[in-house]
Amino acid sequence: MTRRRISPGRILLWGMLLGAAVIGVVRFALGLGSVTNLSDRFPWGLWIGFDVMTGVALAAGGFTVAAAVYVGHLERYRPLLRPAIVTGFVGYVLVIANLLLDLGRPYRIWHPLVMWNPHSVMFEVAWCVMLYTLVLALEFGQIVLERLGRTALLRITHLALPPLVVAGVILSTLHQSSLGTLFLIVPGKLHPLWYTPFLPILFFISAVAVGLAMVVVESYLSARAFRRALELPLLMDLGRVTFVVLSIYLGIKVIDLVVRGAWAYALTPSLEGIFFSLEVVLGILIPMALLSVNGGRSARGLVIAAGLVVFGVVLNRLNVSIIGMLAGSHTRYVPSWMEIQVTLASIAAGILAYSWIAGHLPVFPERKTGGTARAYPLR
Amino acid sequence: MATRLTRRQFLELAAAAGASVTVLSAGRPALATTSASGHAVLIDVARCIGCRSCEAACKAYHKFPAGEAADLSPTAWTYVRTQNLRTPRPHLNLGADGAARRTIKTQCMHCASPACASACPVGALRKTPEGPVTYDAGRCIGCRYCMVACPFQMPRFEWRKPLPVITKCNMCAERLRRGDGPACVAACPMQALQFGTRPAMLAEAARRIAGDRRYVPAIYGAEEVGGTSFLYVSDVPFEELGFPVASREPLPAFTWRVLGKLPGVVVTLGAMLTAFEAIARRRNEQLAREKEQTR
Repeated sequence: MTRRRISPGRILLWGMLLGAAVIGVVRFALGLGSVTNLSDRFPWGLWIGFDVMTGVALAAGGFTVAAAVYVGHLERYRPLLRPAIVTGFVGYVLVIANLLLDLGRPYRIWHPLVMWNPHSVMFEVAWCVMLYTLVLALEFGQIVLERLGRTALLRITHLALPPLVVAGVILSTLHQSSLGTLFLIVPGKLHPLWYTPFLPILFFISAVAVGLAMVVVESYLSARAFRRALELPLLMDLGRVTFVVLSIYLGIKVIDLVVRGAWAYALTPSLEGIFFSLEVVLGILIPMALLSVNGGRSARGLVIAAGLVVFGVVLNRLNVSIIGMLAGSHTRYVPSWMEIQVTLASIAAGILAYSWIAGHLPVFPERKTGGTARAYPLR
Repeated sequence: MATRLTRRQFLELAAAAGASVTVLSAGRPALATTSASGHAVLIDVARCIGCRSCEAACKAYHKFPAGEAADLSPTAWTYVRTQNLRTPRPHLNLGADGAARRTIKTQCMHCASPACASACPVGALRKTPEGPVTYDAGRCIGCRYCMVACPFQMPRFEWRKPLPVITKCNMCAERLRRGDGPACVAACPMQALQFGTRPAMLAEAARRIAGDRRYVPAIYGAEEVGGTSFLYVSDVPFEELGFPVASREPLPAFTWRVLGKLPGVVVTLGAMLTAFEAIARRRNEQLAREKEQTR
């Protein structure tokens, strides 16, 4: 809390947030149509496709690492636990914040709690996201309690952690897959490259992969930003697990495409074919090659592979929710600059929140006292 | 793909449907009008001359500003779409003058198993036993999943309002409760719109197809997405008129196949994780003990 360095990077991030706030005011004054390019034939755009679909997937590291440490008792992964939980918590808060902007009547976001429709996938997603955010808040609360020095309270609440983590894993399994189930109701709209009854399973497996990849990427970025040593052997382990998860994902995807006879679409020079190929080559094949050849040895190979996995899952979620839905919706959609600005702002908010928390709360194990920790913007 | 039947099958269907209606209304008169399939509107594309009286009646009844609409909107719950034909065919009522195009009344199809109602997280959209799929604006959170889910792209959204709602045709549900038909049906001067119980409308559709060789032997809505309460007959194939090719299976079944398994997944996963946790904990304790002994 001594001198705070104000860097150009930080000013840019806050500027983007300010811009999004102005767009938010316009949205609530003049309606969603005044800031987005959404239409009656294309009612979900970048905010749902990226900020919600992708945001939830990228925050999956929280449940995978928590499962490894608390369910699998793999104690050596403990150093990665808190950064992953912080990522998860910040991610879900941002998803909800974005939803509040995108919903027509955000002040009714609690309605699914009392107005039930068990036949609705959205109903299930709403419940799971609300409950899992609560789980993440309680897990995150541990870190806050430790910072506040409430050791007695900390010891009591620590006992509740294993069942809480089990609940978190179940909730995550349900809603990560259900984001895919959402699209099972549009067999006539979603392109056959992505429409498959296995969509929920593919969404779940890719969420596990991208959750792990995000832990690697963030460990690397925060190691640079906070000038800490990289937990390389641990991250290499994660790389190996990611490779296995990606192999399963690729296997199911290929078999499914062949069985449904949809593989030929991937080779056509259509918009869908190109985006699908990008997703598979850049997001699955190249990272798998890097992880099998280089990831076992060099930090650089590992981080590039993890970065590509993140890119691939981002692209997959955008493909399912936007690119793959275009032709079947008989319309065009390109996000407006204001939609893009809000999406960039939510990434900026994520970086600012993560770096503030990492600087002020005991997130990384070796600096438990937190006295000299300072948040520096990424350079 | 619209259900294709031979002319002979149609005659049989017409007879059977007519007979079942008679039996139902004779045995249980109260149920005959509000049976599981409820009411339906039959739209005859071959008879429609595109006068748009239905559109005007809808606007007048729902107190929307008058005027012709180019698409469905929050103030146009129905509109008459014009489809130019690839190969001109003489119009049933207009002859050669109307050969180049057909006009198609468009509105919510009021599916028997509506994708929108199954998609809605708060149950704002419901299929009523009388036939209409109704919308309760007081529940709606504005997530627009109903719009994504609808195979016919019928729901509309108030994009220019700060706190918007979903809008769509409600089949004049309040008029139906009073025993009247929808406002649009009464306004049609060509009898291109007809209202009645769904079995009766299916029988009437079959009768028209059987009685005039110019009709395409198909009833759009008879089996599409599990059946709809708005039915179409036409003298031009439905694909050529731009009707979406829909599966026969009701769309809610596609998501329910997964959702229905989730309680089992929760129990199995919970048991597995708990067991796995116990095993992992004991293994760790054993390792720690062994380490102590070797020390």
